Amino acid sequence: MSGLKIENLSMRFDLPNGTSVQALKDVSLNIAEGEIMSVLGPSGCGKTTLLNIVAGFLAPTEGGIFMNGHQVTGPNAERGMVFQQGALFEWMDVRSNVSFGPRMAGKREAEWGEHVDHLLDVVGLRDFKEKAVYELSGGMQQRVALARCLANDPDVILMDEPLGALDALTREKMQSLVLKLWKETGKTIILITHSVEEALLLGERLLVMAPRPGRIHKEYNLPFADLGVNADLREVKKHPEFAERREEILGMIWDMEEEIMGRAEESA
Amino acid sequence: MIVFLIYAAIFVISFFVVKYVVQKATNDFTSLKTVTFGDESAVKPNRVASVISVLTIFLLWGAFTGSKLVPSFVHAPGPFVGDATFTYTAEADGVEADDATVTVRVFQVGTDVEAPAVEPGEGWAKNDADTVGAWRSGLIRVDKNDEKSRGEGHKVVAVNGEPIAPGGSVQTEFGRIGMSPKGSLNFEPNKGWQMEPIWLPPPEAVLKRMGEIASEGYRDSTLWEHLGYSLFRVVIGFFFGALVGIPLGYAMGLSNWFRGWFDPIVEFMRPVPPLALIPLVIIWAGIGETGKIILLFLAALWIMAIAARAGVSGVAISKVHAAYSLGASKFQIMRHVIVPNSLPEIFTGARVAMGVCWGTVVAAELVAAEKGAGMMIMVASKFQLTDIVIMGIILIGIIGFGIDILMRLAEKALVPWKGRI
Ligand SMILES: Nc1ncnc2c1ncn2[C@@H]1O[C@H](COP(=O)(O)OP(=O)(O)OP(=O)(O)O)[C@@H](O)[C@H]1O
Ligand SMILES: [Mg+2]
Repeated sequence: MSGLKIENLSMRFDLPNGTSVQALKDVSLNIAEGEIMSVLGPSGCGKTTLLNIVAGFLAPTEGGIFMNGHQVTGPNAERGMVFQQGALFEWMDVRSNVSFGPRMAGKREAEWGEHVDHLLDVVGLRDFKEKAVYELSGGMQQRVALARCLANDPDVILMDEPLGALDALTREKMQSLVLKLWKETGKTIILITHSVEEALLLGERLLVMAPRPGRIHKEYNLPFADLGVNADLREVKKHPEFAERREEILGMIWDMEEEIMGRAEESA
Repeated sequence: MIVFLIYAAIFVISFFVVKYVVQKATNDFTSLKTVTFGDESAVKPNRVASVISVLTIFLLWGAFTGSKLVPSFVHAPGPFVGDATFTYTAEADGVEADDATVTVRVFQVGTDVEAPAVEPGEGWAKNDADTVGAWRSGLIRVDKNDEKSRGEGHKVVAVNGEPIAPGGSVQTEFGRIGMSPKGSLNFEPNKGWQMEPIWLPPPEAVLKRMGEIASEGYRDSTLWEHLGYSLFRVVIGFFFGALVGIPLGYAMGLSNWFRGWFDPIVEFMRPVPPLALIPLVIIWAGIGETGKIILLFLAALWIMAIAARAGVSGVAISKVHAAYSLGASKFQIMRHVIVPNSLPEIFTGARVAMGVCWGTVVAAELVAAEKGAGMMIMVASKFQLTDIVIMGIILIGIIGFGIDILMRLAEKALVPWKGRI
C-alpha cells in the first residue's frame, strides 16, 4: 500500500535530571497519498517531535512509522523537509541550493537542469538563480527551500511552520503557492502551523493536538484547500463555514492553554 | 609627562576643530539617527581622526628628536651645544682666593671636537678649557693647570660667585655644575626636552638606516632575507599547524571518542603561551629552522583545532537535517555542509593563529637565531643601534598588519556570507 501510516506512536524524553517528558502518547494516523494535512496545537504539544519522528531524525520510544509499507528508520530522500528558516546553504547560490538533492544523488546537470529551472520559474525566482541566498528576502528564501524540496521529488513533504517567520502579505502569497504546488505535483504534505487560518486554508485534513501528553485531540475534514486551489484565498475566508470553524478551533486551543496555565498554577 | 599632555591636547583640540569647522555635515542616514550613543552600529572610525593620529605620532617623534623632517619651530628645546663658560673661585694655602674662567665646548656625540683655545689669564688660578658631549657629563679638573695643587690646599669654593661645597651643585645658564665628595667639578650641560639619539633616533635616521640595510644588508644577510626568513617560518609553521589542527578539530566535533581523547590535551595546551615552549623546543630541536617551525606548528595547532571544532558545533542542525532528507550521505554532508559552514570560524582562527605565530617567531628569534627580524633587533640592541631596533619594530608591525589584511581579503572572497546569516 502507499501512503504514510503512523502507528501507536509514543515519545518520551528522559532528561538527565531523572524526570521525563511525555511528548507524544499513542498517536495513530493514516495519511493517504496526495493528501495535505495541517497540524495545530498549543506550544509544546509535540508537533515538532511528531514531524521529526516522521522525517526520521528521531526514533520513537514506542510505535512506528510506515511509508509505502516499509518502516521508517532514518532520514531519506523520499521524505523532504521544509524548515521555518535558516536551513539553506549560504555557500551555494540559489540554483545550487535547489539542485542539491539531484546533485547528491550523482545526477548530471542534463538530468536535472530543466526540472530545476522549471521549479525556479514556478516559485518566481527565475531572475535570482545566480544570487546568493543571503541576499534574498525571507519570503524568497522560503520559496528556495520549497523548490529545493520539490527538486528532489520526495513522496512526502514535511513542513514545520514554513511560513512562520514571514509578514502577513508574503505569507498569504506563499499559502497560495503551497496550494498550487500541492495540486500540481500531487505530493503528500504535512504542515505544522500556529495560525488557525493557515491551518484551515491549507489543510484538507486538520489535526488539532492536545498537550501533556501530546495526543490527537480532534480531526477535521475541510473543503477550503480544494476551494483555494482555484480561488482567491480572501474569498475562501468569506465562506460561512470558515468563520465558524475558526471560532471553534480558536476556542478549543484557548481552553487547552487555560488548562495548562491552571495546572502550572496548581503545581506552583 | 610633557609628551603625554601635548598628545592629549592635540587629541582634544583636533576633535573640536574637525567637529565644528571641517565636518559640518555627514550625509548618510546614520546622521539622521537621534540615538547614537550606545548604538554600536552608528560608531564608525573617523578617518580624519586616524590620519591626525598617525601624523601626531610622527610629529611628536620628530619634535622630540629634533628631526629635520618637521619644521624647526615645533622642535622641543634641544640640548645645549656650543661653548659654555663659567667662573670658579679657588682658595689655597698661603694665597688669596682667585677666580678663573672655564670654557667647555659641548659637542654632538659622534662629531670631531677640539677643546677651545683660551688665554691662561691672571692670577694663580688659570683659565681652563675642556669638552663634554651633549646629554653627557664630564669631570673638569680645574686645578690641573693652576699654580697650586690639591696638596697645597687647592679647593674650589664658588662657581659664578655662588658658594659650592662637596656634594652640592650650582645651576648656570648652560647646565648644572656639581661637586663630587672629593671636591672635583662635574659639568652636566642642559639636556633640553629632546631625546638622545641613542634612546630615540629621529625618523630620518631610521629611514636612512633602513635604506642602508635594504641595500647593504645586516649581519651577512639582506633585509629581505631577514624578513623573508621570519615570514617563511610563520607560513610553514602555520601551514602544518592548520594541516593537522583542522582535521583534528573536525574529528573532535564529530566523534565522541576523539572529543574525549583530545579535549584534555587541547584544553591544557590552549592556555600555555607558545613563548613558554621556546626553551623546551630549543633543548629538543636546537636553534635551527626545525625548532622554530615546531614551535610555530604548536602555536597554530591548538588555535586551528579549536576553531575547526567550534565551526562544526556551529552548524545549524536544521541544515544537517535538510541535507539528510535531501538524500545526502555522511561524506557528502561533511563535504557540502559541515566544511563550508565551518569556514568562517576557521578563518577567524587562522587570523588569530597568524597573529600569534608572527609574535612567536619574533620572540623566538630574539632568543636565538642566525637570521630573522627578531634576531636583527636583538643584535642591534646589544650594540645600542637604536635606529635598527626601531626600524625592526616598525617593519614587524607593518608585516603583521599586512598579514591580517591579506587574511581579511581572503576571508571576504572565500566566505562572503560571514556575519550575514
Ligand atoms: N530534545 C528534547 N529533549 C527534551 N525534551 C524535549 C526535546 N524536544 C522536545 N521536548 C519536549 O517535548 C515537548 C514537545 O515539544 P515540541 O517541540 O514537539 O513542541 P511543539 O508542539 O513543536 O511546540 P512549538 O509549537 O512551540 O514548536 C515539549 O514539552 C518539549 O519540552
Ligand atoms: Mg515546534
